[in-house]
Amino acid sequence: MKQIQFEQRYRPVWESLEDQLKQLEAIRVTRRKALPLDHFVTDYRQLCHQLALARERGYSLELQQYLNNLVLRAHRQLYRYNPPLGDRIGEFLARGFPQAVRRQWRWHMISALSFVLSIALVWILVHQQPDMVYTVLDENSLTDIEMMYQPGEDGGGDIHEGRGGDDDVMMFGFYIKNNIGIAFRTFAGGLLLGVGAIIVMLFNGSFFGAVAAHLINVGGDQPFFTFVIAHGAPELTAIVLAGGAGLRLGWAIIAPGPYTRLNALRLAAKDSLPTMYGVFALLLLAAFIEAFWSPRDFEPVIKYSVGAACWGLLYLYLLFGGRHGTGKG
Amino acid sequence: MLIDERLEIETPEGTLLTLSLAGPVPRAMAYGIDLLIRLVIFALIAFLVGAFGNVGTGVILISLFLLEWFYPTLFEAFRNGQTPGKKFMGIAVVHSNGTPLSFNGSLIRNLLRTADAFPLFYLLGFVTTLISPRFQRLGDMAANSVVIHVENTATAVKADQGTTTPPDWPLGRDDQLALLAFQERHSQFSEPRQQELAQLAYPELSPPLALQRLRSVTRYLLEGAK
Repeated sequence: MKQIQFEQRYRPVWESLEDQLKQLEAIRVTRRKALPLDHFVTDYRQLCHQLALARERGYSLELQQYLNNLVLRAHRQLYRYNPPLGDRIGEFLARGFPQAVRRQWRWHMISALSFVLSIALVWILVHQQPDMVYTVLDENSLTDIEMMYQPGEDGGGDIHEGRGGDDDVMMFGFYIKNNIGIAFRTFAGGLLLGVGAIIVMLFNGSFFGAVAAHLINVGGDQPFFTFVIAHGAPELTAIVLAGGAGLRLGWAIIAPGPYTRLNALRLAAKDSLPTMYGVFALLLLAAFIEAFWSPRDFEPVIKYSVGAACWGLLYLYLLFGGRHGTGKG
Repeated sequence: MLIDERLEIETPEGTLLTLSLAGPVPRAMAYGIDLLIRLVIFALIAFLVGAFGNVGTGVILISLFLLEWFYPTLFEAFRNGQTPGKKFMGIAVVHSNGTPLSFNGSLIRNLLRTADAFPLFYLLGFVTTLISPRFQRLGDMAANSVVIHVENTATAVKADQGTTTPPDWPLGRDDQLALLAFQERHSQFSEPRQQELAQLAYPELSPPLALQRLRSVTRYLLEGAK
C-alpha cells in the first residue's frame, strides 16, 4: 500500500482519536459536548499497529512523527494514574505517616541528635559565658529578640500587647512561607551528600540554643518558653524529620548498597516522600498554633500544660500510630 | 537514524515509542516564562489585597509560598506535565516510561529543585542535565521523570499533479525515507538548491531535469503507478 492510500484509509480513525484525546486532556467537559469514548482503547491499539506499519514500510518521516506523537498522547491518557484523593489523605494521616517515620527512624535519630546536641552545646556555652552569644547572633537581632521577650512593667510579656487578629493572619502567612520553605530546602539540601541537611540542623540548633540561653541570662525566659512550647512540638519535630528525610537521600548517593546510585536515589525519594507530606501537615499545624494560640496571654501553668500535651500527643502519634494497620504508607 | 537525544520505550502494545528529550535551553526558557507569569500573578495579588493591612500581608506571604512551591507541582500533575511556560515551549514532563507524571513524581522533582539550583542559577542542575544521558536534573533522577518535546505536527502529504516514474535502481528503505523527506521539506530550499540536491541522485541529467525526475519518482513512492 502506498503512503497516500494508507493515509486516506486511516485518517478518519486518527482524526476521531485526536478528538477523543482533546476531550481526555481537557480539564472539564460539558456533558452536551462529551463524545463516547468506547472506541478509545481499540482505536489506540490500531494506531500502534499503524505506526509500526508506517515505520516498517518506510513511509515519510513526517507521517511517522505524526503517528508517534499521537501514540504518545494516547499512551499518556490510557496509562494515567488518578486515584481518589480523600481516602488516601485519611489513610495517610491514620497510618502512612507514622509508619513512614518509624521506617526511617535511624535517619531521624541522626538528624535529631545533631539538632539536640548543637542546642545543648551552645546553650551550655552561652550559659557559662554570656558573651559567647555574640558568636552566633549579631547585636541587632539580639536587641530585637530581647525586645520581644523582655518582661514588661506588669511582669507579663509585652509581645502580645496591641496585637490583633489581623497580626495573627500576617504571622500565619509568615510562618507558612518561612518554616515550610526551610523544611523543603532542608530536604533538598540532603541530596548534596547529606551536607545541606546537617548544616541546617546544626545552624538551627545553635540559633535556638543561643536564644534560649541568652533569654534565661537576661531574665526573659518565661515569656519565651510560654510562647514556644506548644508550637515547638510540631515545628521542631517537622524540621528534624525533614532533615532525616534529606539524610536518607544523601546516603542513597554515598552508599547505594545493592542498587545503582540512580535506582537507590529513586527508592530513597519514594521512601521519604510520605515523611515530607507529613512534615508539610505538621508545619501547617505549627503555623496555626504559633499564629493563633502562642501569642495569647494565659497563666504560664495553662500554657505549659497545653504545650506538654502537644509534645505528648505528637510523640504518641508518631510512635504508636498505625501499629496495627495493614496500610503500607 | 538514531540520534542520541531520543529515548525509545516499548509500550505494552509492543510499539516502540520515540520520545525526543528536551535540552537545557528550552527548559530554561520555559522556566523564565513561568517566572514571569508568577511575578505577574504575585503583583496582581499584592495589588488586590495590599490595601487590607496585615491580613493582606499574610495573604501575600501565603501566595508567595504557594507560587514558589506548588505552582509547578500542580500544573505538572494536573495539566499533562506542562506548566504554562512548558506548554508555550512545547515541552512536557513525563515519567521515563512515557506515562504521565504522577502527583508524587511532580512533588519530588519540584521539592528537590533547591538542590538543582545550588549554588546559583541552577548550576548543579545544568551540569547534571549535561552529564545525564537523558537530560535529567537531580530532581528528575529522583522522580524518574524526563522532559520531552510534544509538538504536534499535523500533516497530510500533498499529492501534487504530475507523472510518476518508478525508480531505476533497487530502492532501499533509507533511500525511500530520504526521498520522502526531500518531498516534505523542499519548500524550505530555493529552486537552485533543490536542483543541486536532485543532481546527487541524477548526476548525468541537467539540474532542472534531475529535479523533475526526482519529483516524479517521489510521486511514484507516494501514489504508485498511474
